[in-house]
Amino acid sequence: MNPEVRDESGIGLDVDANVNQFLTFMLAGEEYGVDILRVQEIKGWESATEIPNTPDYIQGVMNLRGTIVPIVDLRSRFELERIDYSNTTVVIVLKILKEDSEKTIGFVVDAVSDVYNVTEEQLKPSPDFGGGVSTEFVKGLATVDEKMLILLDIDHLIDADIDINQSAMTH
Amino acid sequence: MATILTVDDSASMRQMVNFTLKGAGYDVIEAVDGVDALSKAKGNNPDAVLTDVNMPNMDGITLIQELRKLPSYRHTPMLMLTTESSGDMKTKGRTAGATGWLVKPFNPEQLLATIKKVIA
Amino acid sequence: MTIDISQFHGVFFEESFEGLEVMESELLELDASSPDVESINNIFRAAHSIKGGSGSFGFNDVTNFTHVLETLLDEVRSDKHKLNQDEVNLLLSSVDCLREMLTAARDGTDVDEAQVKSIHDELECALSNECVTETETETETETEAKTKTETEEHAVVKNESEVLAAALEWHIHFAPHLHLFQTGNDPLRMFRELEELGALTSTANISKLPPFNKYDAEECYLSWDLVLLTEAKAEKIKEVFEWVEDDCELSIEQGNQQETSNVVNVIADNATPIIEDVDVNKVVPVAEKKKDADKKAGASNETTSIRVNISKVDALINMVGELVITQSMLSQFGEEFDMNNIEKLSEGLKQLERNTRELQENVMQIRMLPISFSFNRFPRLVHDLSNKLGKKIELKLSGEATELDKTVMEKIGDPLVHLVRNSIDHGIEMPDERLAAGKPETGTLNLNAYHEGGNIVIEIVDDGAGLNRERILKKAIDRGLVKENEELSDDKVNELIFSAGFSTAEQVSDVSGRGVGMDVVKRNIHDLGGVVEVKSETGKGSTFTIRLPLTLAILDGQLIRVGTQTYIIPLISIIESLQTSIENTKSIVGEVELYRLRDDYIPVVRLHSIFNIPCDSTKLNDGLLVVAEAEGQKIGLFVDDLLAQQQVVIKSLETNYKKVEGMSGATILGDGTVAMILDISSLIRLYREQAEYKTSSAMNNQAA
Repeated sequence: MNPEVRDESGIGLDVDANVNQFLTFMLAGEEYGVDILRVQEIKGWESATEIPNTPDYIQGVMNLRGTIVPIVDLRSRFELERIDYSNTTVVIVLKILKEDSEKTIGFVVDAVSDVYNVTEEQLKPSPDFGGGVSTEFVKGLATVDEKMLILLDIDHLIDADIDINQSAMTH
Repeated sequence: MATILTVDDSASMRQMVNFTLKGAGYDVIEAVDGVDALSKAKGNNPDAVLTDVNMPNMDGITLIQELRKLPSYRHTPMLMLTTESSGDMKTKGRTAGATGWLVKPFNPEQLLATIKKVIA
Repeated sequence: MTIDISQFHGVFFEESFEGLEVMESELLELDASSPDVESINNIFRAAHSIKGGSGSFGFNDVTNFTHVLETLLDEVRSDKHKLNQDEVNLLLSSVDCLREMLTAARDGTDVDEAQVKSIHDELECALSNECVTETETETETETEAKTKTETEEHAVVKNESEVLAAALEWHIHFAPHLHLFQTGNDPLRMFRELEELGALTSTANISKLPPFNKYDAEECYLSWDLVLLTEAKAEKIKEVFEWVEDDCELSIEQGNQQETSNVVNVIADNATPIIEDVDVNKVVPVAEKKKDADKKAGASNETTSIRVNISKVDALINMVGELVITQSMLSQFGEEFDMNNIEKLSEGLKQLERNTRELQENVMQIRMLPISFSFNRFPRLVHDLSNKLGKKIELKLSGEATELDKTVMEKIGDPLVHLVRNSIDHGIEMPDERLAAGKPETGTLNLNAYHEGGNIVIEIVDDGAGLNRERILKKAIDRGLVKENEELSDDKVNELIFSAGFSTAEQVSDVSGRGVGMDVVKRNIHDLGGVVEVKSETGKGSTFTIRLPLTLAILDGQLIRVGTQTYIIPLISIIESLQTSIENTKSIVGEVELYRLRDDYIPVVRLHSIFNIPCDSTKLNDGLLVVAEAEGQKIGLFVDDLLAQQQVVIKSLETNYKKVEGMSGATILGDGTVAMILDISSLIRLYREQAEYKTSSAMNNQAA
């Protein structure tokens, strides 16, 4: 069999290797972005079952078509003030990669915003925000259309929380 | 496309043989031993028969013998898959009416080359 | 096109292991002095299959080893070799060795070469007692000849540039016998093959053709004189006719030279059938080593495929068909909704329930295999172990057809082995002891399996000495598990053997008794959602009973409510549920509460407190107590309400989150919400931690 000759620019979309697409959402007035390839779906908020003895930002678990998916309240995770959930509250379900496994986790945000292309050049390192937003999970900042986007590295967003060697038992 | 009746009690051998043959464009009828093969043979008209020798219920030599008794199989090429290449095995095969043999172990390429010998 | 045959390795290994089991069970039953013909044939065939398959798939060391084994078996079956019991044992060892070799080949690990060689040598030695060594040397020379000719041909094929220069003229006379066609051979095809070697001209000789009215279309009356211009060697030309050598007159001579030295006679030749154009290096594909040996190196028997009877699959297809019909019927209702049709809707829903239940039961069935797969290892084990210990033991198996989930069966294997070994090692006495006790010399070990109320029950019964109460008590006291003057029932004493680090074997044998066994057995069984208990009578014997759920994925649960939260307690863990009455409660330092239930004092575990959730009322009188047990410990769970009992599908929390203390998993209730399934032993641990914390802080407060 002859190896197929590959189109260097990729299949289908005319995507430049240096450009990444981000889905952005609003959280307490700031606009954050996550790699769109990691977004599995966007759901309206439905109830979640609490897990006992877990940190505040772990809202609980939800039934996503037969799979148990944990829900994280991002405001709480970033140590921001919580707000009540309503029928406009949105959950972004993301695929997180850890070593050799994949986890599906939902994040409660204020609202979904848009999709942006961000090139490598546009991505600038971020300063330390302090508070709950650690530089560990911020990929960088980008200015697009006069807006400042805080781009998150979701694989490190849940590092300590979903460490399989620790159990969900905190006081 | 030509049809081949393959007979072997080993599932892994059957899988390998059938996969190889189908990949080369042949149609395959599968049987697990001589008895199974005989019953499948009666309803079909393969262009060749490929059979293992050592099988339970009815071995390959007996199968060939029985197949030769059927009118539509008098001239069908029948090949034995055998690990023995002794004169004894060849004689037994000949007497039963076998066309030829293929010695185990064989690889897919050898299998296809041998099949080509008997299918026009 | 190169075909990757490694995709068939999995099936090859599966069937080879099965073949080894056939060999083993037949060998165990074999009477060396007058072996059953059918048995020997079965054993031979199994070895033959393994040899053939391993050769085809490139596992050469397996092929070489099996070859000797097969040769010996062949001689036995053709009455050339008389078996003795030692040789039967040697054959059994060979089976073990093969098992190891196949496992190593499958997992990409190493095998004990010295051991393989040693058994190989023993087999050869057994063979050489008869004078038939020809077969082996023949194979060697054949292989040599094969290799030689192949390298020759390889060299020949390469010299394409020298075609005309080295091409020779060959005169071939081919006169098939009358019946040639009846072997399925066809001269035309052979000539086609010759044409691939070079330029071919043929002249047919029709002199033997009979008059038309006597002509039989199925006979071959023709003969041919062929001239072939080719650089190929004589052997190659001969090869074309190899299948028909005894059915024809054939001569192949080099043209223009009538010298006899160049005449190749084809009659009565013992040559190896050589396959054309074979590159020596490609003949036998070498199996690749797998890189994740770690994953499989645990010598576990876990497989990722399952054989299913096709009738089960057909039944499923039918059921799905019915489900589809019901679904379309219901969706029609959705579209033409009419209050008057409520009855029909309700009927449709009932139908749906029936369909799904049937489907569920039948799908579960697919994972069900008879326990015989697990029981099958025991005849061998009992045979070897009793020989080793010098005991006489008869193994009786019953209920082998009882089915259970494949994964459960794989995981129950080791615990069963341990319990059986335990019975043989510590339970059944030496023959003289038994006689002295008035028992038959041969001890009996019964392995029994049956279904009971949604569970599978496995019993290991021996008629040995039974558990020694004094020894166990003494050990328990020594270990601090039990106080000197504690009153314990016989059952409670027997349960002690499942405690960690417990072993009363006077000498720790390498068979069992290192003290790591029984508690691990109990834990493994518990992990499967089951229980194990022992009943014993001194002098008469012991019975170990294992109860397991039929499947791992579904459990029978009791729904309970604490505040607004619903939890599920596995029914198998629940002993009873009762309304609490404050008189039976006793408080100890801190907030440890004990509830008196008949003769026991059971710690009260307040779920609302452990989980930090609101509840209806904290007064014990207002709620219910669910008495549950895990690992020999009883606790009373204080809940607000008992809800329904139902079967729930176990969903993993760890897949996307992580292990949660106190929970064994989660499930999705009928309303689509998630409910947690409680893990009783984990809850006990949680409770203890909290209790210790509370007690110590209370004591600190008191002291202060």
